[in-house]
Amino acid sequence: MEWASQLCENRGLGSKMTDSKYFTTTKKGEIFELKAELNSDKKEKKKEAVKKVIASMTVGKDVSALFPDVVNCMQTDNLELKKLVYLYLMNYAKSQPDMAIMAVNTFVKDCEDLNPLIRALAVRTMGCIRVDKITEYLCEPLRKCLKDEDPYVRKTAAVCVAKLHDINAQLVEDQGFLDTLKDLISDSNPMVVANAVAALSEIAESHPNSNLLDLNPQTINKLLTALNECTEWGQIFILDCLASYLPRDDRESQSICERVTPRLSHANSAVVLSAVKVLMKFMEMLPKDLDYYGTLLKKLAPPLVTLLSAEPELQYVALRNINLIVQKRPEILKHEMKVFFVKYNDPIYVKLEKLDIMIRLASQANIAQVLAELKEYATEVDVDFVRKAVRAIGRCAIKVEQSAERCVSTLLDLIQTKVNYVVQEAIVVIKDIFRKYPNKYESVIATLCENLDSLDEPEARAAMIWIVGEYAERIDNADELLESFLEGFHDESTQVQLQLLTAIVKLFLKKPTETQELVQQVLSLATQDSDNPDLRDRGYIYWRLLSTDPVAAKEVVLAEKPLISEETDLIEPTLLEELICHIGTLASVYHKPPSAFVEGSRGVQHKRLPPRTGSGESTETPDVGQSGPSEAPPAVIPSQGDLLGDLLNLDLAPPTATVPSVQPSMQMGAMDLLGGGLDSLLGGDIGGSPSMGAGLGAAPAAMPASLGSAPAVGGGLGDLFDLGGGVGMPTGSYVAPKTVWLLAMKAKGLEISGTFARRGGIIQMDLSLTNKAMSVMTDFAIQFNRNSFGLAPAGPLQVLTPLSPNQTIDVSLPLSTSGPVMKMEPLNNLQVAVKNNIDVFYFSCQYPLSLLFVEDGKMDRQVFLATWKDIPNDNEAQFQIKDIHLNSDVASNKLQGSNIFTIAKRTVEGQDMLYQSVKLTNGIWVLAEMRIQTGNPNYTLSIKCRAPEVCPFVYQCYELVLKN
Amino acid sequence: MIHSLFLINNAGDLFLEKHWKSVISRSVCDYFFEAREKAVEPDNVPPVIRTPHHYLINIYREKIFFVSVIQTEVPPLFVIEFLHRVAETFQDYFGECSESTIKDNVVIVYELLEEMLDNGFPLATESNILKELIRPPTILRSMVNTITGSSNVGETLPTGQLSTIPWRRAGVKYTNNEAYFDVVEEIDAILDKSGTTVFAEIQGVIDACVKLSGMPDLTLSFMNPRLLDDVSFHPCVRYKRWESERVISFVPPDGNFQLMSYHISAQNLVAIPVYVKQNISFFETGSSGRLDITVGPKQTMGKTVEGLVVTVHMPKVVLSANLNATQGTYNYDPVTKILVWDIGKLNPQKLPNLKGSLSLQSGAPKPEENPSLNIDLKIQQLAISGRLGSFISVGCDSLPAGPCDKALLLLTLF
Repeated sequence: MEWASQLCENRGLGSKMTDSKYFTTTKKGEIFELKAELNSDKKEKKKEAVKKVIASMTVGKDVSALFPDVVNCMQTDNLELKKLVYLYLMNYAKSQPDMAIMAVNTFVKDCEDLNPLIRALAVRTMGCIRVDKITEYLCEPLRKCLKDEDPYVRKTAAVCVAKLHDINAQLVEDQGFLDTLKDLISDSNPMVVANAVAALSEIAESHPNSNLLDLNPQTINKLLTALNECTEWGQIFILDCLASYLPRDDRESQSICERVTPRLSHANSAVVLSAVKVLMKFMEMLPKDLDYYGTLLKKLAPPLVTLLSAEPELQYVALRNINLIVQKRPEILKHEMKVFFVKYNDPIYVKLEKLDIMIRLASQANIAQVLAELKEYATEVDVDFVRKAVRAIGRCAIKVEQSAERCVSTLLDLIQTKVNYVVQEAIVVIKDIFRKYPNKYESVIATLCENLDSLDEPEARAAMIWIVGEYAERIDNADELLESFLEGFHDESTQVQLQLLTAIVKLFLKKPTETQELVQQVLSLATQDSDNPDLRDRGYIYWRLLSTDPVAAKEVVLAEKPLISEETDLIEPTLLEELICHIGTLASVYHKPPSAFVEGSRGVQHKRLPPRTGSGESTETPDVGQSGPSEAPPAVIPSQGDLLGDLLNLDLAPPTATVPSVQPSMQMGAMDLLGGGLDSLLGGDIGGSPSMGAGLGAAPAAMPASLGSAPAVGGGLGDLFDLGGGVGMPTGSYVAPKTVWLLAMKAKGLEISGTFARRGGIIQMDLSLTNKAMSVMTDFAIQFNRNSFGLAPAGPLQVLTPLSPNQTIDVSLPLSTSGPVMKMEPLNNLQVAVKNNIDVFYFSCQYPLSLLFVEDGKMDRQVFLATWKDIPNDNEAQFQIKDIHLNSDVASNKLQGSNIFTIAKRTVEGQDMLYQSVKLTNGIWVLAEMRIQTGNPNYTLSIKCRAPEVCPFVYQCYELVLKN
Repeated sequence: MIHSLFLINNAGDLFLEKHWKSVISRSVCDYFFEAREKAVEPDNVPPVIRTPHHYLINIYREKIFFVSVIQTEVPPLFVIEFLHRVAETFQDYFGECSESTIKDNVVIVYELLEEMLDNGFPLATESNILKELIRPPTILRSMVNTITGSSNVGETLPTGQLSTIPWRRAGVKYTNNEAYFDVVEEIDAILDKSGTTVFAEIQGVIDACVKLSGMPDLTLSFMNPRLLDDVSFHPCVRYKRWESERVISFVPPDGNFQLMSYHISAQNLVAIPVYVKQNISFFETGSSGRLDITVGPKQTMGKTVEGLVVTVHMPKVVLSANLNATQGTYNYDPVTKILVWDIGKLNPQKLPNLKGSLSLQSGAPKPEENPSLNIDLKIQQLAISGRLGSFISVGCDSLPAGPCDKALLLLTLF
């Protein structure tokens, strides 16, 4: 009690009356002292003790040992003490679940209290105690509180449902709380409505398909009414909920917009941004010639500008979102360039974002101002910022042609400063300017070359090397320059090595006489001494090209390069659309779709902007914006992080033409083709070079593992020889109708639909390619990613004539099963890359497993019996095939058409039992027993296989075949 | 929704944690500390930090980092706004928002945080309501509480919580009814070397302190509301009426609040009150330079310019400055390379001037960059936007019946 008396003394002296006294410790065990005080008879002492406990808790000290003593203080009519005890309970109940039960009675009693504040407090606290045993007791009080007469209690209870759902989702559903919650959307009190919406949204996030927020015009109307009257936070929840609604037509859309617009003047920036989201989304549906559309556009700018005068953290989030808005609708902020000028005291993260937006808004009208600003920024202190400013100058040059000359001279001025990182950054952007405006600014090359020695960053070195190689004929000492780089070849980064290789080859083709030695040196460095496969491959290709046909090599390597697009940093249109639907969220801050990174929301539905329903524009894709109706969207380089990025090793950098012509033939599949194919392809004169060994050495490694397990049938070649035998058989296998695999919108105008078929033992992929873009498409090639059964194209994609706009072409691509194998999810998933002269596109599709059922899949009866017994029962899977009105013979005939063979039939007590076998291309046997009861349209199917994961897919095939 | 909150001081000590859902280990803050270290300056810490399982959204106010942890998709602006609201509430309750006041009032802080959020959803954030639930500490009250044993937690449901005007408590009574409005305007302007305005805008707020009994309904009108480019209102303002009549009509909260903020960007309206003549040059040889700055009044409408401070960000090579100021004092910090000249009141008869030489690091090349000048000043009783401020009129539509003898209206214009 020494401590306690000390405390009393302190008080008597009237010393500082603050809570910091709760932190003071005593010599004796602190917990021990507190325990004694908590059990004191005096109320005041108890309260002080609990306060001390709470104070320790706030700094992360473990005071859970006091649990029973604190809970004992709960039965009190002193509200402050009660609140304090509740605070404690919420923190520690989880660690002492059995003790927490002690508190239940008090909670239940408090839920019946006359004071609504206490009722609400009790239900609120109970929801925070994440102990299963307690939640059971929570249900009844919660049900009552959801229907409480006092709205304060109802609104608290609404949130409590979300808490409970987080702890035990099943319980919430079983108890029907979700329906009660939905009813609360129609509550008379706006605060209750807002909280119900918030709770439902949170629950819906973990159940993406639950359709919890079933929005219809009536509920929307209620929400809009509540929007005007609820608190600012409630407004955010309601607006976010509204954003997920899809109006029926443009009139409804307009009326919602009208009622949301006042929110733009709210003091809370989160409300403003949520309102912007709703407007941006619904605006999409309004016809552009409508007066209201213009009014709305005008109304959006001022609030966005105002957001920039808020605290820097708010500015940052606002700027990230404005970045999206500017890309989608540049017209909104096109006159507001000046507000994005960087202020001296902006935090760096705000500065960088502002810079980004400045470039997006740069146009001929304001370029002079922008350049003057950027030049100032380039002399600032912060390195990151300066770099970005220099880069921005280059981007302006590329974007606004009229300004290119001024940009280049500005960049030259900056190079004169000799500030190392400024020079390097400037050289990188000048390279891009050269690519955009070839043969215009080469006079500056001399200045660039002066700074060769100071370049130490890979990107800058690579850029400089590219420039030297590209303009080798104008640089007298190009060979010396490149040779100097070659000395430290192995220490360079891959980027520089690749660039150096290409540059020297270019130089050789331009000045063959003087540089033969140099080119040989670099080729051997790249092919013999390097471990990097990219470098080696590129080296070989050049080597072979040069040795076979120097003229062709010239055509390939020195081919005219496509001009770089104006905005390489634009977000892909489909992603942009999705992000516009997520304005104000984390997704919009990271510029990534929510599915890509938010944990626990993997099933998030992709949101799309609604299609415009206005006059005559309905067929137009929404993202075309101000450009012509069917013009392809601006070229966008696909992000490198694409999951299929490694599929085609196509190098998008300079010598694109060479690679695809080689690759399909390499994919020919069958073993013996490879050697000869390579030989004929590469010509015999490369005997001395090490390429043969390496090329062939690598090939067998790529052979599918399945070959070994099924040597009899093997891959594509085996199937080919089987052809003769297969002709006489009924080829009634079912072919599904074509479905669209690749949307034109996602593939710059190329639409692909297709299906799979097995015709006479040959697997075919039937494709329809449609050109929905304005320009002609040529140079088609196809490639598959590794897949579960080693499917690979058995020949190149036969699109011989160029595909003109609006033309559709049907192609059948024979497939082999000798490609590389990798297990996919789902098993029958196939990832495909299609290339044309525009770009490479990726899509994935699923093939029916019956594609892989081979013609000799009829098993011997004895073997069948033995195998059936041999496969463990765990591997057996049972399925129901419903609504089949066929007798067993017809069914068995039908199945035979798809290579599902009936081996035996037994009839027991009016039940037909069919025993069937299937063999897959990789030699896996699937055994099945099908039970057919006369008069019963439901078949029972039992499937046994050593690889049980194929069973569901075999069942799918059964169903497909029998139903068609 | 908002999962947890950690308060961290400038030295990197975590001094308070609060969890609204399950407890998250404070080790999650390691990611924040990493970012903090990388940012060098505390102002430069990125507001949104991604960690493998959580997102940390933080603000930096009064040398304290408010770090909130979220786990699901939550609008970041919502979180940031809320954090600012927390800081403001502390300020409101304890007079200042600092580590020591928070530690001194840790229990109230905890009670406040619990009241402001429920399961991560905002519950009561209006100062009027919070003060009814949890009374702010005063020396007197803590004395009374210790003697009488009464508590500082309200026992009844706050009245405003459920009405359609949640910001105002019911049953307010004053013997003197008063309402004060402060118009505070800030100009943000960037001028180029020759003194031409590159960019200028006015950012204004109207702060109010309303102490009126009952349920007063006020209107406030501007003479020239068209000048306002964009306005943001306190939730109490009726937007419909503003849209149709350009009149601000509202039932005010009790006490201090920000009624509205506005934005004026029309350049011709923005009169810059002072001009600066400057000449800063560096010599090609001799590692030295000259500096000559004069400040004079431009459009001050007869008002005095006060609190004039000129800040110059010098190039890195400037080692020291040997200057002579005709008025005020100057100070050059060789570490940050910032020259501060504190002038004070501007005397239009005798213009302040700062003149002298700069010495540079020997051997270093002549600096390329132009030093930028920041000028801070204050003018009392003048709204830069001129015609806007001087015509504010306040009317009471329905003054409370009962003991309301007079409505005292005071306008202070800064």
